[in-house]
Amino acid sequence: MRVRFWGTRGSIPVALTAADIRDKLAQALVQASGRTFESFEEAHAYATSELDFNLTHTFGGHTPCVEIEVPGDEYNVCDMGSGARPFGVHVLARQARKPAVVNIFQSHVHWDHIMGFPFFGPAYVPNTKIRIHGVHAVLEEAYRMQMREPCFPVDFSQLAANIEFVKLEAGKPHRVGDLTVTPHLQLHSGDSYGYRFEHEGKSVVYSTDSEHKLENRGEAEAFAQFFRGADVVIFDAMYALAEAISVKADWGHSSNIVGVELCQMARAKHLVLFHHEPANNDATLEGLLKEARRFEELTRGESALRVSAAYDGLEIDL
Amino acid sequence: MNVTSRRYATAVVLRVEGRLDQDTCVGFTTDIMKHVEASARDGGAIVLDLSSLEYVSSAGLRCFMLASRQAKSQHGRIFVAALQPMVQEIFEISHFNLVFQVFPSVREALGAASAEAAAAFDKG
Repeated sequence: MRVRFWGTRGSIPVALTAADIRDKLAQALVQASGRTFESFEEAHAYATSELDFNLTHTFGGHTPCVEIEVPGDEYNVCDMGSGARPFGVHVLARQARKPAVVNIFQSHVHWDHIMGFPFFGPAYVPNTKIRIHGVHAVLEEAYRMQMREPCFPVDFSQLAANIEFVKLEAGKPHRVGDLTVTPHLQLHSGDSYGYRFEHEGKSVVYSTDSEHKLENRGEAEAFAQFFRGADVVIFDAMYALAEAISVKADWGHSSNIVGVELCQMARAKHLVLFHHEPANNDATLEGLLKEARRFEELTRGESALRVSAAYDGLEIDL
Repeated sequence: MNVTSRRYATAVVLRVEGRLDQDTCVGFTTDIMKHVEASARDGGAIVLDLSSLEYVSSAGLRCFMLASRQAKSQHGRIFVAALQPMVQEIFEISHFNLVFQVFPSVREALGAASAEAAAAFDKG
């Protein structure tokens, strides 16, 4: 089982600016002052081992799109944020003209989670099968609506793929291909649903756009049960805790700290911070990751929880 | 979880002992809100003495946030003082050091509240 992140940013896509690149480069040069490199490989090794992630990489800017890969011919993906465009390129390249079967699992239909679909290449390929799974009654309408004139030049009805909408029931396990998929209701404007994917003893939870009310023990226990023993939990960690429960309370998102606490309650193995705030730059996001790791150390019980931050292009093998 | 109070002129010091988490936060919130309202009525300030607070979870931090909001809405003031190293680090990690004025000692927090409160503390 492999998790591949095509889009990790919340709310709206962002991109590094020319000034961002220049500043990263200047900081790297300052840190390397006095050092000489005989080859590209030597400089590359230095950048990889000595410099902070936020100088040598970017967390990326596509909105949510996360592939859950299992052996077989079908593709499985959570949400169709702007990361769906590069995901579609990947599918087309891998299929080499052979029509694909793609299972989409929709957390909810806010724009940042569907905006990539009009640019999802396989939707334009005849005989491709796309099954869009979700719990919301408005799922099909939302997909069709964003492609209506005057917002987009190609109407949904003109797409060449065979597209089917599949209604799922929250709290109930569903068999989709070789996966067992269980949706879980989450607190977000208009409701959102997390998904637990299970395959041959491994499990991945995708839980984004989900606010947690800290005073509600029942809610925390229900999520701990949903995350129970998961190999990977992809978690909405848009804000620092103080922000999440003050000025941004009731905005429908959560924090790195609550992610650590719920995963510790659930004895999950690996927490992946996700749905990054678009206003945060790479240094801020790396800071939030370091803070989450330190909080995990301070509050660790019997077993350690691995903590990572998702970035566009990250792959996690289970 | 235990809270005891002591008045120093216009300021009230609340000494918080034990662990503040999901199990104890409801009782703590009820307790602290009474003091926040009384303090705001008197035009005084509250100093949270956290020298005996062993641990605070996100649910516990939310109690502090609710108290801060309540105090601000009534033009009251809350200061935080004497955090143990672990709690201090949790305050920083959760960015609560940006929400509260944090002082190394109760004496320094009382000094920020008023000269009278600091003088009363010095008298013992």
